[in-house]
Amino acid sequence: MLADKDRIFTNLYGYQDFGLKAAQARGDWDKTANLMKAGQDAIIEEVKASGLRGRGGAGFPTGMKWSFMPKAPTPERPNFLVINADESEPGSCKDREIIRHDPHKLIEGALIAGFAMRARAAYIYIRGEYIFEAKVLEKAVAEAYAAGLLGKNAAKSGYDFDVFVHRGAGAYICGEETAMIESLEGKKGQPRLKPPFPAGAGLYGCPTTVNNVESIAVVPTILRRGAAWFKSFGRENNHGTKLFQISGHVEKPCVVEEEMGIPFRELIEKHCGGIRGGWDNLLAVIPGGSSVPLVPAAMMMDVPMDFDGCKAVGSGLGTAAVIVMDKSTDIVRAISRLSYFYKHESCGQCTPCREGTGWMWRVMEKMRTGNADIGDIDTLYDVTKQVEGHTICALGDAAAWPIQGLIKHFRPEMERRIHEAKGDDMLEAAE
Amino acid sequence: MADAAHTPNEADARAQFGAFAFSAENKKTADIYIGRYPAGRQQSAVMALLDLAQRQVGEETQTQGWLPVPVIEYVASYLGMPYMRAYEVATFYTMYNLAPVGRFHVQVCGTTPCMLRGSDDIMAACKNRGLVKGATTPDGMFTLNEVECMGNCASAPMVQINDDNYEDLDYDSMSAILQDLSDGKQPKVGTQLPGRHTVEPYGGATTLQAMVDKNHDYRGEY
Repeated sequence: MLADKDRIFTNLYGYQDFGLKAAQARGDWDKTANLMKAGQDAIIEEVKASGLRGRGGAGFPTGMKWSFMPKAPTPERPNFLVINADESEPGSCKDREIIRHDPHKLIEGALIAGFAMRARAAYIYIRGEYIFEAKVLEKAVAEAYAAGLLGKNAAKSGYDFDVFVHRGAGAYICGEETAMIESLEGKKGQPRLKPPFPAGAGLYGCPTTVNNVESIAVVPTILRRGAAWFKSFGRENNHGTKLFQISGHVEKPCVVEEEMGIPFRELIEKHCGGIRGGWDNLLAVIPGGSSVPLVPAAMMMDVPMDFDGCKAVGSGLGTAAVIVMDKSTDIVRAISRLSYFYKHESCGQCTPCREGTGWMWRVMEKMRTGNADIGDIDTLYDVTKQVEGHTICALGDAAAWPIQGLIKHFRPEMERRIHEAKGDDMLEAAE
Repeated sequence: MADAAHTPNEADARAQFGAFAFSAENKKTADIYIGRYPAGRQQSAVMALLDLAQRQVGEETQTQGWLPVPVIEYVASYLGMPYMRAYEVATFYTMYNLAPVGRFHVQVCGTTPCMLRGSDDIMAACKNRGLVKGATTPDGMFTLNEVECMGNCASAPMVQINDDNYEDLDYDSMSAILQDLSDGKQPKVGTQLPGRHTVEPYGGATTLQAMVDKNHDYRGEY
């Protein structure tokens, strides 16, 4: 198990004050200017060397993303850093803990990351429903300004940098980077076609990098303790520590920072008090938030919880939002509820998603009650394939994958319901 | 919102809110928000200003507020943007109410992680008190809505009422919260499990125990 001294978010549970003084006593803002003295390129190289992959779900190497930013921005066309705190993926609840309990890690990270990518300012886009969290963040930012850690000559580094908080207003799609940029510009949050990529033309048409809260908040600690320290955790290509969020049918749901690649069973046993009703009672797991396919119990037990480990079982680590379902779960309803979520959150821009998410949810509701024909399962699968990959952003894919996972692993259960509703005993005859 | 109530007649809204303007205090706040964006990019502040306006309507009507057409018009002209661009924003994001709500806006999360932990019971507790999904109680106290994932999954099920989250609920604790609110009392915010602090495993953190009692500095142990 990861030792406490190697945990980055030491105030994760908020037992102590989030304020500047307490954060400094824990090691934040400690000679930040010295870290920045190494220079922009050295910081980017260090982050690359640490093996940090984006913590927002896609797992793109963070250092490489930063290196796409122009090296010589002009005052008319400055670089911007946008921090994605629009945490809305069902199952995800880690950024909330960082923001309300350790906001100075994020703000210090914003300064360092912003400096490294030669950004003029950072906008922290926090989801509207995080009302209390936004207040905490605003307070922490104000503290940092008052202490000279932000603004002109931020933290006495000689670099001018601003951090602004922007509150969302309830739209999952704004977690998509180009939708977030649209929303920051005061428009509907509808994703843009790429290219151009944000690093070329993002916020106000200026070069922009969008990073997840956790990706930014771990940077100061990585620089202080060295890339080698961070890289010493986890397997090749899956390095570092990670906030895991375990919800659903475990004895003790929680958020916990662990080493990447910790086996699923160990994660649950050590921190969550086991599966409700014991391991034999485990039905399925969604290992990375609602957008990734579910994994049946038997396949999940010994999966290393990292990007490649989850990919190997046909799913993904996503945001490491582990949704556990025991045998009491109505699995079709659980996935159907996710379909409703995507129907609700589709921005309406692309036809396959706008029409498809609603259609898929209605058919999933039929599957839930069994009020369908066996052939409808194939039709449903077919439609998910027509939505997947045919939309501007990944919301269409995210709506399709959970249903595909359900059909792949729980088709017999779907068929059983249909037979039961029809009142035929074909199932026994077939056996 | 699919379950949202009907938007009131525009003529009535104009009669009531036609003269809407930010209070002196809100005007100051609005200008702080606008100052966060580069010159000429004041449209970026539309989300913040709509929220501010909705809150002011709430204060004026002793509810959680909503956005009548003249109020959206006011915000649009405040920012020098076409009304339609502001209206698009007001209709796109779920937190802007396009119809009046009650004094307490009860938003029960019903997405899968909360559903697995018993959000059906939370809904049932609301219904038992006469709350109806998508509607306001006749006394104007409670508006009930089912919302999508609120990001409190490790302390599910949860409800957001006005600006406060109540987590780790069950039928009884939800009923008690509604009772407190209608009695004019402020229930305890956050987790409702006795002894749980935030999102540590219930019964005591498995990590970072040194942080529980004092602000421990781990750097000496590197």
